[in-house]
Amino acid sequence: MKIIVAVKRVVDFNVKVRVKSDGTGVDIANVKMSMNPFDEIAVEEAVRLKERGMATEVIAVSCGVTQCQETLRTAMAIGADRAILVETDVDLQPLAVAKLLKALVDKEQPSLVILGKQAIDDDCNQTGQMLAALADLPQATFASKVEIAGEKARVTREIDGGLETLEVTLPAVITTDLRLNEPRYVTLPNIMKAKKKPLDTVKPEDLGVDVAPRLKILQVVEPAKRGTGIKVPDVATLVDKLKNAAKVI
Amino acid sequence: MTALVIAEHDNATIKGATLNTVTAAAQCGGEVHVLIAGHNAAGAAAAAAQIAGVSKVIHADAEYLAHGLAENMAAQVLAIASTYSHILFPATASGKNIAPRVAAQLDVGQISDITKVIAADTFERPIYAGNAIATVQSADATKVITVRTTGFDPAAATGGSAAVETQAAQADSGKSTFLGSEIAKSDRPELTAAKIIVSGGRALGSAEKFNEVMTPLADKLGAALGASRAAVDAGYAPNDWQVGQTGKIVAPQLYVACGISGAIQHLAGMKDSKVIVAINKDPEAPIFSVADYGLEADLFTAVPELIKAL
Repeated sequence: MKIIVAVKRVVDFNVKVRVKSDGTGVDIANVKMSMNPFDEIAVEEAVRLKERGMATEVIAVSCGVTQCQETLRTAMAIGADRAILVETDVDLQPLAVAKLLKALVDKEQPSLVILGKQAIDDDCNQTGQMLAALADLPQATFASKVEIAGEKARVTREIDGGLETLEVTLPAVITTDLRLNEPRYVTLPNIMKAKKKPLDTVKPEDLGVDVAPRLKILQVVEPAKRGTGIKVPDVATLVDKLKNAAKVI
Repeated sequence: MTALVIAEHDNATIKGATLNTVTAAAQCGGEVHVLIAGHNAAGAAAAAAQIAGVSKVIHADAEYLAHGLAENMAAQVLAIASTYSHILFPATASGKNIAPRVAAQLDVGQISDITKVIAADTFERPIYAGNAIATVQSADATKVITVRTTGFDPAAATGGSAAVETQAAQADSGKSTFLGSEIAKSDRPELTAAKIIVSGGRALGSAEKFNEVMTPLADKLGAALGASRAAVDAGYAPNDWQVGQTGKIVAPQLYVACGISGAIQHLAGMKDSKVIVAINKDPEAPIFSVADYGLEADLFTAVPELIKAL
């Protein structure tokens, strides 16, 4: 069984981003970038399936600028066997990425595609579902447990109010939630080994995909600031403030 | 121009998030229709017909629509999609699961988690964990949207009198099967709809302490219980209590954060609350930067005192 994992290069989750003063976007020049946290969980899950003998090959895929190579090297250091970069400078939106991944799914014929549930930059939560729709595959989103048995995958999903379990026929698309696993730390020897693993680069045109954005971003602004709060000395003052000043209890 | 709202329901009643989505749909201009796809869902369809501002309810019934599987739900929506300019889902686990599938099959971009309708084709949505607000314009023929429910007031659940029309169920995809669910039973108000939320973090130390300290406070205030990711990961509270970028987005009248430091990812889920109270013994905790009232104290003494004072 072959698994494709999609990974995205995003602003590191610890960075507090700044909105550009001209309102065109968020300032990402000279900001630390890393692999989207949900995608690390996706790579980890694929590698664990390989380690359990369920998968034969794990292919990491990323779409975007040249620097996404670093993200793919990280995926290979975790344990992916090879990588494909779909290189473009265009601002890729989820539909475009889903189409690029669909083209790669057609070519590689994986049994499973694993993605993160959402990227922490655009917060869209769309790509996995869109890929499943375009490739006409079943989907299991927000997965917190995955078990493969023969031609089927049994997936526990995090839903509002609790958990639900689905069975999907393979090939299928799975998107990862936080609690699926704890991604491993990459070790130096594995980082060195990852440098020797194959990384192919293709262009969207090679895959015959139009990646033009469908949504135009008119402006990006900072969220409204909250008024400055006060510190209260004790519980009595707090209760008094909530009752008489804020009138919320 | 007509907007279609895909209702979230449990086959008998409509979930609250649907009402906020109807409000957003009405702001897009034109009529609002509601789709109830489910099994034995006549009760939900009747309830949808009562929602103020809804002019038509479309009811599709089949056994394989019972659990809202994305493949079957998307097919049901696509069968009528061409007659609508806007298709809106609540940005719940269910809406987020289905909406992108519908958008991709229509070959349109999807707009996630909108907080404001500026024009029929222009919307506001938060990005980067709520640290920036983007105004986006869609050039696509059909706008497929998920609605952040805390961004819109709920439509009145009564006062409407829409006609209910039956839609033939589409074929079962056969590619996915619902096996079962574990829904946490709770008598408390639902987290996303609660007026008051009390939330606990890592400082609680254990599930027993969480229960012992936080539950009486929630009971006293009639509040829902929430938690930070740290508390959920450590097993102090169930997953679906998690408030934040990857958990629930809430905006209650009062949010009381106890022993929560206030990481970016947590703030993303609660900083639109009307009044925020932080109880933390670390004076440098980032939560104090968004708190209206901050109390620098050990929560194990402050919370019981607070319960007594209420």
